Parts: sequence; structure tokens; C-alpha cells
Amino acid sequence: MRYEAPATVDQAVALLSAAGPDGRVMAGGTDLLVQVRTDVLDPGVIIDIKGIAELRQITEEAGAFRVGAAVTGAELKEHPKLKSVWPGVVEAANLIGSTQVQGRATMGGNLCNGSPAADSVPALIAAGAKAVIAGPKGRREVAVEDVMLAPRKLSIGRDEIITAFVLPARPARSSDAYLRFIPRTEMDIAVVGCGVSLTLGADGTCTAARLALGAVAEKPLLVTAAQDVLVGKRIDEAVLDKLGAAASAACRPIDDKRGTKEFRVKIAAVLARRVAQIALERAEGKQ
Amino acid sequence: MQEKVKEPGSEFTHIGTRPVRPDGVDKVTGRARFGADLSLPGQITGKVLRSPHPHARIRSIDTSAAEKLAGVKAVVTAADFKDQPSEFVPAGEMMINYRDVVRNVMAREKVLFEGHPVAAVAATSASIAKQALKLIKVDYEVLPHVIDVREAMKPDAPLLHEDMITQGMTPAPTKPSNIAKRIEIGLGDIAAGFAAADIVIEREFDTKPVHQGYIEPHACSATVSEDGQAELWVSTQGHWIVRAHCARLLGWDVSKIRVTAAEIGGGFGGKTVVYLEPIALALAKKSGRPVKMVMTREEVLKASGPTSGAHVKVKMGAKKDGTLVAAEAQLLFQAGAFQGSPVQPAAMCAFAPYDIANVKLVGYDVVSNRPKVAAYRAPGGPIAEFAVESVVDELAAKVGLDPIALRLKNAAKQGTRAAYGPKFGPVGFVETLEAAEAHAHWRTPLGKNQGRGVAAGFWFNIGGETSVSLSLNEDGTLSLTAGTPDIGGLRASLCMMAGEELSVGLDKIRVQIGDTGQLGYNFLTGGSRATFSSGMATVEAAREVKREACKRAAKMWELPVEAVEYVDGKVRPAGPNAGKHEPMTLAQVAAIAGKTGGPIVGYSRINAHGAAPSFATHLCDVEVDPETGKATVIRYTALQDAGRAIHPSYVEGQYQGGVAQGIGWALNEEYIYGPDGRMQNAGFLDYRVPVASDLPMIDTVIVEVPNPSHPYGVRGVGETPICPPMAAVANAIANATGVRMTDLPMSPPKVLKALDDARAKGAAKM
Ligand SMILES: Cc1cc2nc3c(=O)[nH]c(=O)nc-3n(C[C@H](O)[C@H](O)[C@H](O)COP(=O)(O)OP(=O)(O)OC[C@H]3O[C@@H](n4cnc5c(N)ncnc54)[C@H](O)[C@@H]3O)c2cc1C
Repeated sequence: MRYEAPATVDQAVALLSAAGPDGRVMAGGTDLLVQVRTDVLDPGVIIDIKGIAELRQITEEAGAFRVGAAVTGAELKEHPKLKSVWPGVVEAANLIGSTQVQGRATMGGNLCNGSPAADSVPALIAAGAKAVIAGPKGRREVAVEDVMLAPRKLSIGRDEIITAFVLPARPARSSDAYLRFIPRTEMDIAVVGCGVSLTLGADGTCTAARLALGAVAEKPLLVTAAQDVLVGKRIDEAVLDKLGAAASAACRPIDDKRGTKEFRVKIAAVLARRVAQIALERAEGKQ
Repeated sequence: MQEKVKEPGSEFTHIGTRPVRPDGVDKVTGRARFGADLSLPGQITGKVLRSPHPHARIRSIDTSAAEKLAGVKAVVTAADFKDQPSEFVPAGEMMINYRDVVRNVMAREKVLFEGHPVAAVAATSASIAKQALKLIKVDYEVLPHVIDVREAMKPDAPLLHEDMITQGMTPAPTKPSNIAKRIEIGLGDIAAGFAAADIVIEREFDTKPVHQGYIEPHACSATVSEDGQAELWVSTQGHWIVRAHCARLLGWDVSKIRVTAAEIGGGFGGKTVVYLEPIALALAKKSGRPVKMVMTREEVLKASGPTSGAHVKVKMGAKKDGTLVAAEAQLLFQAGAFQGSPVQPAAMCAFAPYDIANVKLVGYDVVSNRPKVAAYRAPGGPIAEFAVESVVDELAAKVGLDPIALRLKNAAKQGTRAAYGPKFGPVGFVETLEAAEAHAHWRTPLGKNQGRGVAAGFWFNIGGETSVSLSLNEDGTLSLTAGTPDIGGLRASLCMMAGEELSVGLDKIRVQIGDTGQLGYNFLTGGSRATFSSGMATVEAAREVKREACKRAAKMWELPVEAVEYVDGKVRPAGPNAGKHEPMTLAQVAAIAGKTGGPIVGYSRINAHGAAPSFATHLCDVEVDPETGKATVIRYTALQDAGRAIHPSYVEGQYQGGVAQGIGWALNEEYIYGPDGRMQNAGFLDYRVPVASDLPMIDTVIVEVPNPSHPYGVRGVGETPICPPMAAVANAIANATGVRMTDLPMSPPKVLKALDDARAKGAAKM
């Protein structure tokens, strides 16, 4: 097993291309190293991207944030502004693991590990985030909901890496939130995860909204029906119930060791209502 | 050890104080040496090849390619272990059959569970060892498998052991089955008992196998010298047991094996058997190199422990006033691949907390294609007591008594005859119930979506073979060597008992756990016996040191030995000779030891008798989320009779630890199998033991009703605390929701489903 620590994106892409199917990107390694240790993966070359400065930065560009793909959960939390603009994204990323894991785990790794239950991904999808992808043919941007296809299957090439996530500029009275259901209180994988981002008009009606669910299908889902339920409405109990129903209707889960289909469908509705309520209160400036 | 806080008015100097744990600092700084921490010159790594199938016949094993791989130093299979005749021999609380033990360590004719060892290699690196495992060719004839206990009992179930005829049936069955044994115990006339009852409740319960969940995986290092002397360093609860099993399976003399117990990172009963140890010794012998073996977490979960899953039927009858008049139970226990589930102790303790005239218990020990169960804290007790305490809770509600009042009315006391035979001596069940009733927890009002549960617990506790030596060193300090591995703070407790007996400061006594070459036989740390038995032996050894000190002074002073007494850590002339000589300190006695007869050593070898049961009452509050079914334990109080708490902090730690494990068992822990018979959650991510934030601070109350058979009144305390929590949580959930959960674990999907079903019928409280 060879270990490489390139200093630039170009070098990383070149190493990755040269390594072929034997190469693996490593950000925090909190998924990768566990998989190597349990004999799930046996990569010939590990390409550590934490030494690439551009991947470790958070920059603000005209109200939008560009978050390097190798920024850790702990660094996200410590950023002076990110948390107040995107509390849902930061709280989702901060749910990953423990204090120790937070010092290493990244949103890039969370997405590229290809788990339908990854916590930061529904929050990023709800936020309308774009993934910036670099490869031998240059750079391109892809909506986060289009990156993952199925468990361990991504739409990006073996020789591509995610360099950053772009979180769009926010109108006033906007906020987001993320909640997951786990049987314990921490150190667990979401049985259902739900992210909501919304914007309110001056009169309090919802003018924009996105809801995404994790762990209820083969990949994290953008629930487009949720937008229709929320936009143009004042968010009250009746609207929240409809939102819950829309979330449940979007689920296509499986029965597995972490929960039954029936349970996941019910919990999706519960979380959708609760998360929308939190995002609403935040957008109204109550939290 | 410092920070001694003494209760005012105590008759003791050390007993009942809370000195800082002597082994604690080393453990938190990483200096302590656990099972995997020994490294010997030339050491190589051993790894086990395990069956991917839950049930298959082994047609052949070809290890030739693995043996040829550079770096591989030895390969062993079943052929390297002596086959054993089928014969049951007592092993502490359980019986074992070496014919099964040798097959559990290394599969012979068949593999009987996923993870069953089929071969092992030792190589110069872990990665070479792994590569070598891939080169071993095993030709399996895959057979149909059976996982569930009731499925395994069906007449057409796949047979694990073609020659297994159920024991304990008359007439004996003519056909083999997976039912190893039927047991029955009872008292009185069960039919008459139920006929006299005004209220009868009958319920069925299911529990899943759960693992002991020790954080330290099984680990050992073995080395065998050119002349066949073997040394083994191992994480175990009983190194004499390990020595006996290894000698037997390898066909070596017991004297050829010296076993040292490493510091242990948890055992809970699961480290009372052998898995890697005989394999490591065989590999070390064959390779001529020291061999270290460490299980992965996956191996721990798939191939060690757990305790049984079970199906339990309980029927209890009461008079209108709440007097229990009849109790019956049927216990179907899953043993894993080989017989020997704890169904017998489960049956024995099921109704033990209550004085009931008519009792009948029938149990079945059933094999299926899962890892062979090992002891887990009060083996069998928590399963039976979960069922019984749930029914007692319902009975209390039916007769209109609060759950403590009903239990007080029927509580076992001194003189009560238990269904399993004996009459109890002084026991503290009533005292724990009264303490619960008086506790602020019991009277604190509950909030929305909250409920409170009560449950009782009981465990027998044992004594057994024990040896301790206590040397008076030349400077007057003392070295105490005990043979029961220290898991819960034993060294400190023994130090305190020796210090009390000798009136010596605790910093003057160093306690170590000796290896098998240093002492006579010691049965293991289990059955809550270590503080009881090694404590009893320690007191005897200390008394011998005192007698010997008096003898030596008598010799110096030319007085008869009766004319010398030991007072306050000194020897002095007594009676008419009082004051004739200056008292001598232990250091002064030690200084004359050579001249007066040689080293002074107290040595005690006993079979400790008089172990006494410990009863508990637990109070539990839960809050249930009506929309998700998630139950959170928000307050918990464990009240238990300790006999006497030598070091109260350790006793409280035992209570808290048992509750923490019990809450895990109640809410989330379970083995999940796919239709292929393979375990799907062999890791701590999906095998959900509670994390710290899942638990409230667990409050404890130590009740002290001394055990008259122990010099300081000690009862065992380690096992009873895991008996009540499952029922305490279930009873609290029932109280909060109106829904009775009978199937463990009470995980959110199950609770939500039960709640929704009850809501549909208008039977839920939320
Ligand atoms: C104890 C523990 C607890 C955990 N708890 C949670 C949890 O609560 N919620 C949760 O969602 N996850 C959890 N995880 C999983 C893991 O920590 C997260 O998925 C984390 O975000 C992964 O990030 P990483 O940087 O460590 O990824 P890595 O392990 O470095 O990489 C993961 C995968 O992504 C690829 N990759 C990484 N970065 C890039 C990139 N920029 N471009 C292309 N490919 C890339 C790697 O090749 C690899 O295949 C936990 C893990 C552990 C060990």
C-alpha cells in the first residue's frame, strides 16, 4: 500500500488517474480506514487530500460560501459566520461521530463514501449546494443530489475529486435545519435523516423551500413535492401535516437491521414536521 | 491510596471507606498491561480461519498452500487437538463437556455457526497471516441451518448433533433432536395453587441473545520452551480454569502450563471459557515462537459470548388481597451450537424473591446454529426475572396494590423456602423494598409521556476454591497474592480487609494477582465470588500472620505464646505479663523473623462456604416519544443488599454497571441474523450498547444485611444488578403508554408499532 500526499488538486488528479482502480482519495479517513481495517477495501494507493490548501478553506463570495471538501466538522463549527447562515448544514456535519471523529471527518468524505444515511448530505441537498468536481478534463459543478446514485455508487468518475461545496447566497429571513432519528443519542447511523431549508417573505409566507431525506431510499432524496406544499403558504399545523405526508410518500425504504420500512415511512413524516418547525423559527429570527 | 472518608461511628478503620483505586491511574494513563499488551522477543501473530456458513459438514481441509507461504511458521487444525470423550464435569456454576469444548475451539466434523474456527495460522506479520488464511481450502457441504429456539425444537428442524437424545425425559426419546435437556423444579401443588387463586395472569416473553460487550477483545500471548514448558499471558476471569482447559485439550500436564492473568478490560462472565488460548499454545509449540492472538470485534461478536435468547411463558395466581399463591413458568433457552444454556439457574431464580407455596418450572436447553453461549452476569437470571417481574407488575395493578406493596406482601425472608430447595438465611429483600418506598425517587411526580417502573432482582452468589498468600516483608510491609483476577476493584477490597484485620495502613500492603505457579488452585472471578471468597481467605491469611507474629515475639521474650497478643498492629505481652516488654511493631517482628524461625507467611487455601444471595429493588422512570416510540430512561435508582460494602464506591459501580448493561438489553441490544444465518450487526455501530449520553446518572442505595458466614458480612454484589432493569424499563413503559412490551429489545420500531396497534384499539395512554 502506497501513501501519497499531493499539494495541489492537479497533482491529486494526476496521481488518481495513474493509480487507476487501485487508487483511493482519503480526506479524514474515518470511513476509508475503517473499511481497510475490516477488509472491505484494499487500496494500492491512498491519496491524502488534506494537504491541499484550497480544499481546507472556507471562503465567502458575494454571500455564497465555498467550503473546501476536506474541511473538517470541527472547522465548520468554528467558522465565525457559516453557522449563523447555514445552521442546518453545520449541525448535520457536526452530528457525525464524536469529538475525535469531528477533528477528521469531512463533508466530501461523507458524500463520497456513498451511504444513503450520510448525515450532512440531506442538509446539503436542502441547502441547494453544488459540488465542485475536478478531473483530468477540468472542473465542473454538479448539484449534490446528483452525485450519489446508489449505495457506494457515484456519478463522478474514479479519477475525479470533489474540491468544494458551494452554498448559495441567502435572501433575508432564510434558514435551515437538520434532524436525524437514531435509537441512541449519539455514535449511530441515521435511521431517517431530514434537512429543510426555507425562505420567508415579508408577510411570513414561505417563498422558497427544499426538503431532503436520508436513509429512506437507495440514496439521499430531494423531495420536490415538499416545495409545492410549503411555497406560497404560511407554515401552520395543517401545512406541517401535509409536509409530513409528502415526506412519507417520497420514501422507498428497505427493511434492514436499522429499521423497518413501515417505521422509516412514519418517522420521515415526524422528522419533516419537526425540522420544518425549527427552520421556520430560525427564519423568523426566534432561535 | 488516599482520600479515605470514614463514616462517623463505624466500628471499622478501613472497611466502608472509599480510598482511591490503586490500579486506576495506570488504567487511565495507558500504563496498565492488558491481554494484548505483552510483546515477547521473536513473537509472531496468530489468526483464525472461521466458517462463513452457519451449518456445514467439513469434507476436507487443505492447508498445504498456506504452509508454503513465506513467513508462515505454523498451521493448526482440529487434528492438533486431542478428541475428548463425552462426559460432563462440573465447572463452577455450570457443567461442561470437553467433547463440546474441543469442538467449539476448533470445528471437527461440522461447523455449527458462522465464525466457528476451522484452522489457524501463525506468521511473521498479521498481513501474511491473513494471506495464509485465504490459501486454506475448506471443502464444505453446506447444510440447512436453524437460528430461532422454537424453530430448533420442531421435529423437522435441521439437526446439529445427530446423536443428541434429550436428557431428563421419561421415557427417554428414541429419536435425536436439538433439545439437549429438560429440567423441572417445583414446590407444593401447582394445580391446587391456581384453583385457589382469584386472579391469574399468563404472558409470553421473548428475549434476544445479548453479548457481554466487554471493551477488551479476547487476547493472549503464548510461548513454549524447548523442553515443553508453556507460558500463557491472557485476559481472563480465571487463569486456573484456562490452564485446566488448555492442558486437557492439548493433552499436556497441568504443571507444564503457567498462566498469568493480564489486567482485564471487562469479562462479565464471557472470559470464563477458552477460545484462542489452546490455539495460541498449539501454534507456539508447533512454530517454536511466541504467538500473540487478538480477536477483532467482529470475531468477538460472532464467535464468543453471548447469553441465551429465550422464549418464556409465565403464569401467576394471586388472591384478591395480593397474596401470591401459584407460579408456573416454561423456559425455552437457546444454548448456541453446543448444549449448556443457563436454563437451570434461570429456573432456580425466577420466583426466588417471593414466598409462594406452589411453584412449577420447566426448562429446555436447546441448540441452534449460533455461537455457544457463555456466562453473562447472573447467567439466565435476567431473562427469567424480566418475565416474572413483568407479570408481578400486572398482578399488582389488577389487585389494586402499588408494585412495592405487592412485593412487600410476598417478599422472601429469612426462613422462606425457595423453589430450588434451600431455606433462606438472613436476606435483605424487604429492606431494599422499604428503602425504595422511602426514597425521594418513589414520590417524585412524573411529567408528560413519562412512566415509572419497579422490579426486583435476585442472585445466588457462590464461594469455591480459593488460595491467598500474605507475606510479611523484611521492612514490615506486606505482600498479598490472590488468585482471582481483579475486575471490579478486588485488589483494593482485599487490601482493606487485610489492613483492617492487621490494623495496618493501606499503603503498607501491596496486593497482586498471582500466576498459576504461585498459589494453589483458584476458581475464577465469577458468581460474584471474588470479594467474598478471596476476602475470606485474606482474613484467614492475615490471622495466620498475626498468630505467627505473636509466636515469634513469644520466642524472643521467652513467654508462652498465649501470653502474647496482637493489638493495633503491634504484638505485646498480655495478661500477667503485660508491660514486661515494649510492644513490637510488625517491622520489628519482621526484623527478627530470620532468627525466630524464618519468613512469616500467612497462607490460606479454602473452599469458601456460606455465600449468601443478594436481593435488589430498582426504580426506573422513562419518557416515551409518542411519535417515534423511543423510550429514554430519565431516572434510575438501584437499591441492593450488599451484606457489607467493603469499598462502597466499587459496590455502587457494580450496581451502576449492571443497570447500564440491563438498559442496553432492554432497549436496543440484539443479534440480528439474515435468512442466510449470518449475523448482520457484528460491530458496536449496529450492536447497540448504550453510550454514556443514553443513560441518566444511576442512583444507588447500598442496603447492608450482613452475611453471617463471612468475617465482614460480605455477599456478592456483581450479578444481581443486571436482573431487574429489563422489567423495570418495561414496567415504566407500560406505566407511561398503557402498552405492555413482552419482546426484547424494546427498540423504537417495536414500541411505535405496539403503540399504534393499541391506539387503533383505544388501549393506549398516549
Ligand atoms: C465512530 C464513527 C462515527 C461515525 N458517525 C457518523 C455519523 O453519525 N453520521 C455519518 O453520516 N457518518 C458517520 N461516520 C462515518 C464518517 O465519519 C463520515 O462519513 C465522514 O464524513 C467521512 O469523512 P472522511 O473525510 O473521514 O472520509 P474518508 O474516509 O476520507 O473518505 C470516505 C470516502 O470518500 C472518498 N472521498 C473522500 N473525500 C473525497 C473527495 N473530496 N472527493 C472524492 N472522493 C472523496 C474516499 O475515497 C472514501 O471512499 C462515522 C464514522 C466513525 C468512525
